[in-house]
Amino acid sequence: MSNASLRRRMVGLAGSGTVGTLLLLLLALWVVFAITIGDRFFSANTLQSMAFQMPELGILSLAMMLALLSGGLNLSIIATANLSGLTIAFLLTRYIPGSQGIAWVGIQALAIAAGFAVAALVGLLNGFVIAYLGVSPILATLGTMTLCKGVAIGLSRGNVVSGFPDPIVFIGNGTVFGVPFALIILAFCAFPIALMLNATPFGAKVYMIGSNEQATRYSGVNTRAVLLKLYVLSSLLAGVAAVVMLARFNSANAAYGESYLLVTILAAVLGGIDPFGGFGKVGGLMLALIILQVISSAFNLLNLSQFLTLAIWGGILIVVAAVPHFAGKMLR
Amino acid sequence: MPKAHVASFGRFRRSHEFWLLLVILGLCAGLGFANAQFLTLQNLFDLLTSYAFVGILALGLLVVLIAGGIDISFTATASVAQYVTLSLANAYGANWISVFAIAIGIGGALGALNAVFIQKLRIPSIIVSIATLNIFYGLLIFFTGGKYIYSLPDWFATGIFWFEFEWGKDSSYGVNLQILALALAFLVTWLLLNRTNIGRQIYAMGGNADAAQRLGFHVFGLNILVYGYMGVMAGIASLIQAQLAQSVAPTVLVGKELDVVAAVVLGGASLMGGVGTVLGTFLGLTLLAVLQNGIILLGVSSYWSPFFVGLVILISVSATAWSQRERRTRSARA
Repeated sequence: MSNASLRRRMVGLAGSGTVGTLLLLLLALWVVFAITIGDRFFSANTLQSMAFQMPELGILSLAMMLALLSGGLNLSIIATANLSGLTIAFLLTRYIPGSQGIAWVGIQALAIAAGFAVAALVGLLNGFVIAYLGVSPILATLGTMTLCKGVAIGLSRGNVVSGFPDPIVFIGNGTVFGVPFALIILAFCAFPIALMLNATPFGAKVYMIGSNEQATRYSGVNTRAVLLKLYVLSSLLAGVAAVVMLARFNSANAAYGESYLLVTILAAVLGGIDPFGGFGKVGGLMLALIILQVISSAFNLLNLSQFLTLAIWGGILIVVAAVPHFAGKMLR
Repeated sequence: MPKAHVASFGRFRRSHEFWLLLVILGLCAGLGFANAQFLTLQNLFDLLTSYAFVGILALGLLVVLIAGGIDISFTATASVAQYVTLSLANAYGANWISVFAIAIGIGGALGALNAVFIQKLRIPSIIVSIATLNIFYGLLIFFTGGKYIYSLPDWFATGIFWFEFEWGKDSSYGVNLQILALALAFLVTWLLLNRTNIGRQIYAMGGNADAAQRLGFHVFGLNILVYGYMGVMAGIASLIQAQLAQSVAPTVLVGKELDVVAAVVLGGASLMGGVGTVLGTFLGLTLLAVLQNGIILLGVSSYWSPFFVGLVILISVSATAWSQRERRTRSARA
């Protein structure tokens, strides 16, 4: 590895928010909002609305995180989610029988399976182009992003497809013992991925590729196969996000959630994922998501514009990324 | 002398630009054959006018990529420059020189702010520009309420129309504000990168930042210049876009940053820094413009336009990567 990229990596590592910094930040935010908002901030209603809003961004951020860890990027997650969401929506609205029964349940399961299949196909395409043709991830996924969006717009003519059966709507809007079902889905994604990254050979290989792909290949790891699987996994997570999104809005469209794309990178980097790969934990990402959500919900309660929330998110990213620099200065 | 010409043509023939040119010529020939409208002067002027905005931004981004960084905050910078400049022009009156001076000043300052964060706080450029994109855009919409400006000063709305000439029966052509700005941006960027000492330093810094620092380059100053230049381009582009749209819409520019990235990287600029040419950017932009225009002229539903654009991007970057890989394996065997 060249000296320049080594130093860049060191800076990137230092530039990632540590769990300690994030916890302190969260605590500070809680104190500030407890003073400015009061009890309302801690009400069950507020907590539940936060828990309803977090999962979409959370699952999409996990999809982005996987690509980032390997030193790549996946710009196609939103387009993939919309394409697979439209596939599901199309099958549901076209083939669902009027009466409840085995066919009624079967079509719903089949529609979701078809959505996952579409997502997996996009993932295979990404993985093949990146790992086997050697295209840089940002270019490859920029291409598939435009391609997926193109197919989605072409087939749907830009229209919204809406009106789904109750079980689907429940995924996005229902609760189990007061906990939103979508949050449970996020947990069911986050825990296995954390386990996979920390406790399996596959996870170790992903971190190694992110640190130094060439060295990893020379040490006998089939890096191409690992990357292919990783991008399929990233795409499948976009498929899960698709289900949650279409369920919450009770509709699907080729252009939903496009503003989420850069926010997923923001969340991941805030959570301590190194944008050049190799470092970062699911726990840090979840903490970052909670911080972003707390700010967003508090501003909502304070009747402040959601665009001010965006600006504050950006400011916090710079502050957290700059903390190690100032910490280093103080140590010297 | 002829020998040198042959050698440089040989180098050009193996370059990324040569293949792009072939693809574009092939596309143009096919489209010209399929639709007589395509190869007309009218269509050329229309294309130049409508792609000037993306083109000027692409030139700014090219300089940043060559310097080894990335900036995606330029759409927000453009929105801010556009809104503030034309609000001031509406409130206090202005002329061409003052509106461009204000827009360039705002763009340059916001761009330089990126460089300060990147260099002084040691934060990677991708993180800084994602953050500043949100900060600039969020604050702009917060303070303006996202309101559109529909009434622009008369002289601004009228625009300019130089070197007017008649061609055929009732079609007249001329150089408008968009084409003029695009041509100037190409000229200045080409001069900066190819005919100045600073241009060589930008390439060198992008190739190896550490070596550039040790050679005594003023890295901080260079970065201020590079990101400031991107901001200046965003300021100029924002004004010609407002002139074309005949309004200021603070929410429509943000979200288009990846279109610009696509044009520049299709033109062969590397995200690793040190690589990229003005000619390549011109060809990348031309490819996207010809493709989107051609799809419409062929009568394909505009709903399918992004699909074909995506397909071409994917095939083009795959072919480039594949040919580079082949060349590497061949030279490894030899």
